[in-house]
Amino acid sequence: MSGHSTYQPSNGFARWLDARLPVGRLVWDSFVDYPTPRNLNYWWTFGGILSLCLGVQIVTGIVLAMHYTPSAAAAFTSVEHIMRDVNYGWLLRYMHSNGGSMFFIAVYIHMLRGVYYGSYKAPREVLWILGCVIYGLMMATAFMGYVLPWGQMSFHGAVVITNLLGAFPVVGEAITTLLWGGFAVDEPTLKRFFSLHYLLPFMIAGVVILHVWALHVVGQNNPTGIEPRSKADTLPFTPYATVKDGFAMSLFLILFAVFIFYMPNALGHPDNYVRADPLVTPQHIVPEWYFLPFYAILRAVPDKLMGVLAMFGSIAVIFALPWLDTSKVKSMRYRPQAKLYFFIFLVVCVILGFCGAKLPDDQVIPGLTTIKVFDSDLNSFVWLSRFSTLYYFAYFLLVMPLLGLFEKPLPTPETISSPVLGGDKKD
Amino acid sequence: MLRKVTLLAAALFLVGGPALASSKAHAPREVAFSFEGPFGHFDAAQLQRGYKVYREVCSACHSMDLLAFRNLGDKGGPFFDPKYPNANDNPVVKALAAEAQINDIDGETGDAMKRPGIPADRFPAPFANAAAAKAGNNGIVPPDLSLIAKARAGGPEYVASLLQGYVAAPAGLTVPAGLNYNAWFPGDVSAGWTGDHGHVPPGGFIAMAQPLTAGQVSFDDGTKSTLRQQAEDVAAFLMWAAEPKMEERKQMGFSVLIFLILFSGLTYASYRRVWRNESH
Repeated sequence: MSGHSTYQPSNGFARWLDARLPVGRLVWDSFVDYPTPRNLNYWWTFGGILSLCLGVQIVTGIVLAMHYTPSAAAAFTSVEHIMRDVNYGWLLRYMHSNGGSMFFIAVYIHMLRGVYYGSYKAPREVLWILGCVIYGLMMATAFMGYVLPWGQMSFHGAVVITNLLGAFPVVGEAITTLLWGGFAVDEPTLKRFFSLHYLLPFMIAGVVILHVWALHVVGQNNPTGIEPRSKADTLPFTPYATVKDGFAMSLFLILFAVFIFYMPNALGHPDNYVRADPLVTPQHIVPEWYFLPFYAILRAVPDKLMGVLAMFGSIAVIFALPWLDTSKVKSMRYRPQAKLYFFIFLVVCVILGFCGAKLPDDQVIPGLTTIKVFDSDLNSFVWLSRFSTLYYFAYFLLVMPLLGLFEKPLPTPETISSPVLGGDKKD
Repeated sequence: MLRKVTLLAAALFLVGGPALASSKAHAPREVAFSFEGPFGHFDAAQLQRGYKVYREVCSACHSMDLLAFRNLGDKGGPFFDPKYPNANDNPVVKALAAEAQINDIDGETGDAMKRPGIPADRFPAPFANAAAAKAGNNGIVPPDLSLIAKARAGGPEYVASLLQGYVAAPAGLTVPAGLNYNAWFPGDVSAGWTGDHGHVPPGGFIAMAQPLTAGQVSFDDGTKSTLRQQAEDVAAFLMWAAEPKMEERKQMGFSVLIFLILFSGLTYASYRRVWRNESH
């Protein structure tokens, strides 16, 4: 953030407090006077939407925890007690379970916006890495939260995912034993998952503070990727950004409400309304939709350890993005080739998600038998996920570094306000 | 052992082992239930008929642990009466509860005893424990029905289709002893199929014998007791049992959406006003 604080304490108490603990000044500088690029589009509203999601999850979660019982014998029944006997318990639970999905919809848009407009590039590397840390914590929180209702998918999902860590040589078994609190997913596992599921959101909130702090040091990126040069390039956060964020949040809440009230179980799995039974394995274990692409990458690799490494690698590679992208130009608005590869990447992620929901050997094109390559027919979801996984990694490890060196970007404007005020209204 | 089994299952997933050659069951039949759609309501008469089917047929083998008699008189439930906002006072609910014999303990002597049910009691289970349930049902515990309409893909339409799905096994299909062929039950019948392997019949083998036949339950409201009628009525009842707050949810959703749309309109107007002099 540039410039001096313009905070003017409005009364005697504010002056007194400002000299002792300048919280008023902090809020004023961060959320009122804070200069934002004037050309931010709606893709920039997802930061605000994400803080709304975190708030909703924490508030509903705290109330749900007042009624939930973390024990293998009572967890399933206590969730149904919330659904049936707690006043508006069904609303709380559906807000919380669908809120998780909304959170991931928003975070994926937020991250992809960062990739498209090069928001991770200098000087925003730390901002980006903090965002990746939040995403990692979100995945851990969501995974453990899904275990808590102790339905069939909760239990067997936990079994499959925790077993993956056992693939690591030497330490694998110790890690799984520690996670389980024993030698199988059972009572201690549920109890520690509940405890951690309550802890992690507050860790997320802590890293969010760091994320916003880092943001306010370097300032926001913008659709042109050009840093603001003068006052003409920016507008104060309040009222300009707040009202735009507020409008976007309101639209997002409409989508959220449609899920809560009209299709609350559409994103869940019917098997999770069956009480967990360790002796009965569901025919087809699938994670929640937001993990499906990573599940597809895991299953694409025929070796267990390599599959686990590929899955974790697919997340780890995102942290390295600031150093993998060699382009001097931030925004893909001026990088037509990068734009093409980016949209292919988007499609590939959706295909991976689709593959994650299918049985590996199911045919992609029904009824067509082609040639058997290695272990499966070429016309199978396992091969589709292999090709997609290949592109996923190639996009980060080959396309990103090489494209920056060889592509010819379009000319970029001198300042933010020149294309804006010049009437060049692109997206 | 369990760990080994799950590891093996995970490994099978990873190497994409032998295909689960599953012949698909029929897609559930479309039923125009009254509770579908954004303004759907449960039809109390249908729920009452469904409850009767459950009581006279299903409850002989299936428990419904999550339901109490008082739920029958809750708002949106089969026997709701606006005169009795507290379902525990509802005489119909009291009478239905009193029909059941509930296990209890004599407060004086501590001996096990039976007493007539009260609205606060849960639906009694047909078997004392899982072992007894297994022993009476070919080694398989009949699933609890409290959530069945949400716990199966296809929901209440699947339940209604399954109950009508006991069609004669096609020629060439050997049905294993103790099992029954059902064209709507997801499974794999290829083991008993002697015909063309490209044309394995749909459906699966289910342990439950055909529970409903035409005319089996006589309805008090004079509705003709066809198989389809009974199947759809009990499916509607089970949907209510699985999601008793559905009506309340959809009603609240309507108000919430109206509010949010108006609020979005207002926020958009303020956004336009705030930004009116700024190019962007």
